[in-house]
Amino acid sequence: MRTEPIAGPSGAPVPVARTWHWGRWLAAAVALAVAGWLVYLVVVNPHLDWGKVAEYLFNDRILSGVWVTIEISVLATALGLVLGVLVAVMRLAHNPVLSGLATFYIWFFRGTPVLVQLIFWYNLAFLFPELVLKIPFTMIGLKWDTNQVMTGFTSAMLGLGLNLAAYFAETVRAGIQAVDRGQTEAAYALGMTPAKRMRVIVLPQALRIIIPPTGNEFISMLKTTSLVYVVAGHDLMTNASQIYKANNRIMELLIVASVWYMVMTAVATFLQGRLERRFGSDAVRLVRGGGMAARVLPKVAA
Amino acid sequence: MKPGVESVESVESGVEPGAEPVVLASDVRMGYGGVQVLNGVDFAVAPGEVSCVIGPSGSGKSTFLRCINGLEPVLGGSLRVLGEEVGHTLRDGRYHPWTPKEFAAFRKNIGMVFQRFNLFAHQSALENVACGPVHVLGTPPDRARTLAMEHLDRVGLADHAHKRPHQLSGGQQQRVAIARALAMNPALMLFDEPTSALDPELVDEVLEVMKGLASEGMTMVVVTHEIAFAREVGDRLTFFADGVVVERGRPRELLAAPAHERTRAFLSSVLGSEDDRS
Repeated sequence: MRTEPIAGPSGAPVPVARTWHWGRWLAAAVALAVAGWLVYLVVVNPHLDWGKVAEYLFNDRILSGVWVTIEISVLATALGLVLGVLVAVMRLAHNPVLSGLATFYIWFFRGTPVLVQLIFWYNLAFLFPELVLKIPFTMIGLKWDTNQVMTGFTSAMLGLGLNLAAYFAETVRAGIQAVDRGQTEAAYALGMTPAKRMRVIVLPQALRIIIPPTGNEFISMLKTTSLVYVVAGHDLMTNASQIYKANNRIMELLIVASVWYMVMTAVATFLQGRLERRFGSDAVRLVRGGGMAARVLPKVAA
Repeated sequence: MKPGVESVESVESGVEPGAEPVVLASDVRMGYGGVQVLNGVDFAVAPGEVSCVIGPSGSGKSTFLRCINGLEPVLGGSLRVLGEEVGHTLRDGRYHPWTPKEFAAFRKNIGMVFQRFNLFAHQSALENVACGPVHVLGTPPDRARTLAMEHLDRVGLADHAHKRPHQLSGGQQQRVAIARALAMNPALMLFDEPTSALDPELVDEVLEVMKGLASEGMTMVVVTHEIAFAREVGDRLTFFADGVVVERGRPRELLAAPAHERTRAFLSSVLGSEDDRS
């Protein structure tokens, strides 16, 4: 806004009057009042014991739950990313059986609730009491008791990882397809095989489109792990719920859990910002043909 | 009768008796989605020849060029390039379609320059030029970088070796693309409208590089709208229309006295806007 005086009709400088944005002040005051009132209702609520919140915030079971939540998130995300790339490449394969299976995989895991999948993996023993890995027609191999393998932790990792793979495969596919067709032609013209073209030319460029949204996937995964409490995976939510079932301090423990989820999200958001600065800025420029980039990128970011 | 047939006789004159042509097309047909793009193309390129191809857009000249290195499939007729029937190998009395690997091995010997450059966007100019030798020929990376530097120097871009494609002008990108193709030591170079995507003031720097290449005896097929270049550098000029070769001849003769009405109409529309160049 201008503060320097303007030369008036007489030639002498005339000061600029200050503008009062009455509408802005009013809107801000109303919004603050409503928000403050809501916070006040919670903070001074006689049924809420803030002492308990402070007491449980650094409770051992809560802290070990935080750690398990991080472990499950990292492992499930890693599984989802690796498997997602595989499914995406299958989906784009010329082989109709491979691409059909990949399409079915994506449909199945996106089409069923992740809660159902978690309970399914946890109860796998009903279908297969024993897991056997052996060379066909011989007795050489390994055998496990399903109930010992499918703990809450492993079924959480499998359920969340396989589910993420289905979503991530679509991100990868969009990334691969966003790489200009001319890059493929130039690679072929140099004498590359299709596999080499994918590895040396297309995937490195697709990664710059694929990597930024993985931050979103991870942040969303941190909170999706709370579903693991249905299979008692000893994550943050499981442990918090076991404590409140014992002492009936439901609200206090939900606040404790929420604080930790928010802290984890804040850290992950910070890391995501760095990841996007590292890979994101080039992405738009790298995908030539602005139309394609414009069509694909918002979809990927969603 | 197909419009191309009568003028095909002149094709033969381009090839010295005894020398096997680098490209020999007879009755090449190609189409997709029910649309016929090439309706029987007859065409030949002798070793060391600079063969320019002109014609209206949609005439099939670019498609034919892409057939030469197998980027588009030939669906009828015969197309022999560097002594091989493109896309097929004769074995046990049958032509067996090539595997992707066989296509790749074939394309190693043919350089291609695209209208939109198609430099690898995630690599520097130097990496672009070294990419083929390293990943296709198995040249040790250090050696490939040294050679790549020499090729960049040759197109006058040694100072820009570490820039990414988006940091280069269109003319510079196209020169890098030419260096990238030359790094494979090709026996044949294909140019698909190499100056059509360039701003007018950047066209000459690319044409200069191509002229140098021609004077060194490189065998080249150049699809172009640069009539002046075809006249000055080309050994042979081919006019495409409606998916066939309408007319072929020495550039000066063909441009001075086109035999077909189609050619005359095209040339007058092109030259009319390019008087200062020609």
